[in-house]
Amino acid sequence: MEEVLNIFVKSIFIDNMVFAYFLGMCSYLAISKTVKTSVGLGIAVIFVLGITVPINYILENYLLAPGALSWISADFKDLDLSFLSFIIFIAIIASMVQLVEMFIEKFSPALYSSLGIFLPLIAVNCAILGGALFMQEREYTSILHATSFGLGSGVGWFLAIVGIAAIREKIEYSNIPPALRGLGISFIITGLMGIAFMSFLGIKL
Amino acid sequence: MYSNRYIFIYSTIMVVIVAVTLAFVATFLKPYQEANVKTEKIQNILSSVNISSEKKKAVEMYERYIKDEILVKSDGSYRSGNAFDVSLKIELKKDVALREMPLFVAEVDAAKYYIIPLWGRGLWGAVWGYISLKDDFNTVYGAIFDHKSETPGLGAEIVTEKFREQFKNKKIFDELNNFVSVKVVKGGAPEGDVHGVDAISGGTITSNGVNNMLNENISFYVNYFINIKNQNINE
Amino acid sequence: MSKNSIFSSEIGKILTSPFGNDNPITVKVLGICSALAVTVKLQPAFVMALSVIVVTAFSNLLISLLRNGIPPRIRIIVQLVVVALMVIIVDQLLKAFVYDISKQLSVFVGLIITNCIIMGRLEAFALANKPWPSFVDGVGNGMGYGFILIVVAFFRELLGSGTLWGFRVIPESFYMSNNGFYVDNGMMILPPMALILIGVIIWIQRSRNKNLVDIS
Repeated sequence: MEEVLNIFVKSIFIDNMVFAYFLGMCSYLAISKTVKTSVGLGIAVIFVLGITVPINYILENYLLAPGALSWISADFKDLDLSFLSFIIFIAIIASMVQLVEMFIEKFSPALYSSLGIFLPLIAVNCAILGGALFMQEREYTSILHATSFGLGSGVGWFLAIVGIAAIREKIEYSNIPPALRGLGISFIITGLMGIAFMSFLGIKL
Repeated sequence: MYSNRYIFIYSTIMVVIVAVTLAFVATFLKPYQEANVKTEKIQNILSSVNISSEKKKAVEMYERYIKDEILVKSDGSYRSGNAFDVSLKIELKKDVALREMPLFVAEVDAAKYYIIPLWGRGLWGAVWGYISLKDDFNTVYGAIFDHKSETPGLGAEIVTEKFREQFKNKKIFDELNNFVSVKVVKGGAPEGDVHGVDAISGGTITSNGVNNMLNENISFYVNYFINIKNQNINE
Repeated sequence: MSKNSIFSSEIGKILTSPFGNDNPITVKVLGICSALAVTVKLQPAFVMALSVIVVTAFSNLLISLLRNGIPPRIRIIVQLVVVALMVIIVDQLLKAFVYDISKQLSVFVGLIITNCIIMGRLEAFALANKPWPSFVDGVGNGMGYGFILIVVAFFRELLGSGTLWGFRVIPESFYMSNNGFYVDNGMMILPPMALILIGVIIWIQRSRNKNLVDIS
């Protein structure tokens, strides 16, 4: 249990998707002009990562990894389908996003109207596929660990985008050199935020 | 404009074509990939006894220097077997009593060296390596480390010559013959310490990972070492 | 098709514009995601750039060939599948022939799939253009992207490790540890520096070309 919590905290602060791996930067830069929309997108990312990472974990361990199919029959012990993992992961993500979108639309129109427009964007957000690929590479021992990693990464991404949106709202009125305005300064601020987040390196619960 | 039927057929055909292409590519390239993995493992094993090998000659060199492959149990009993293909990762998940850990015996210039494979966790992912002992089962002859995704310039420094060199001539047992392993000491090991090496500055978690890995993996073989030593005395 | 039309000035423009005022990273802000983590050293950055060029070029080509048959409703999925196919092939090739580098790139090859440049080019160009211009557009954008990657990697490796392409550029004797005066800038190795470097590149590019300045 302690380990689960540890992974959660680590993936928020240390392994932060944005600051340590630059994942999901496209939507991170494009949607972070106001805090309100970035909160919406951030929640959607937490949601989707929390769903897709465990699903992909199950697929990875019972379908794709070398020898994973041995639960069907011992004959498949040597089968290695890991070359299919990219395509399976992205298919799961795309269809999950679609499913979640339809689900929310049906049962909570209010949530849909605030979150809905962001969901299709998420299918091609690198943070989601990155979540699945890091889960595969780090070989988490149980689905609980994987889920906590997924949720933690989502929360980390949420923190990052809300943080930059808040800063961008403030610097609107600052006197920045014209050539640096907008995109340039966003990059540099993200870099500085990344350095700030690095001070969490080494925390352990 | 497009009927559901068309979409359905279209996607079916697409999936089939993609699957066939991928299966073909994967099977075609598999031998190359496996050869790469194998060569790398051989090169790592050989460099733990301070032999650098070229890629092309790796297999040949391995056969020349590695004389024996042994599988060791925690009580010290052992048998020869195919140690090369044992996956440490799988073995370490098993119960201690059920484990059969690999050990390689190398012979370089008429001296025997025992190579212990290592596997553990660093900051981001797996770290692994090989450490070789002289035939007193105490003095380290050489070591090599590798990692999956440690931070370049920090944790990833464990692969450097500088870090590896420190391990030479360290001892894994103290004067009273208690197992102490080789410690990776944060802030630097004191001068003349035969059991400690300097940790990587800025790579504390990776260094701790290496430290734990050494301790856990080597301690497994202690019974085996005692066993062999006793045999040698009896002879 | 005559040779003239294959290398017409229009094609040349498609090929070169991504280097300057149409650069996918610094102007269109696409595809920053997957690649910056591999810019610590020049060599993996180069291989990454090459992989992206291959993937953009060939998926552009394939989608352009298929463009009249793709049902719009499943367009995105078809594109994802084609891109994923290309990426898997590239990944398998890297693992088979340049194993050392593929180890360094680790998951980032897979992340090319969600690299927005590729999806962006498929949507914006390949779906509406003939195969050959699409292919060239893919190569051009891939190169524009790789160009930034290599510039960033150049500075990070030079200042962070004192080497270029693995070769020592700053002599050992300059270093503090050998009684010299020089220390590598450890900051350069850390991920956030890549972002700051790109910020600076954008700054330079926009001060030279005022048209690109954000009005908002």
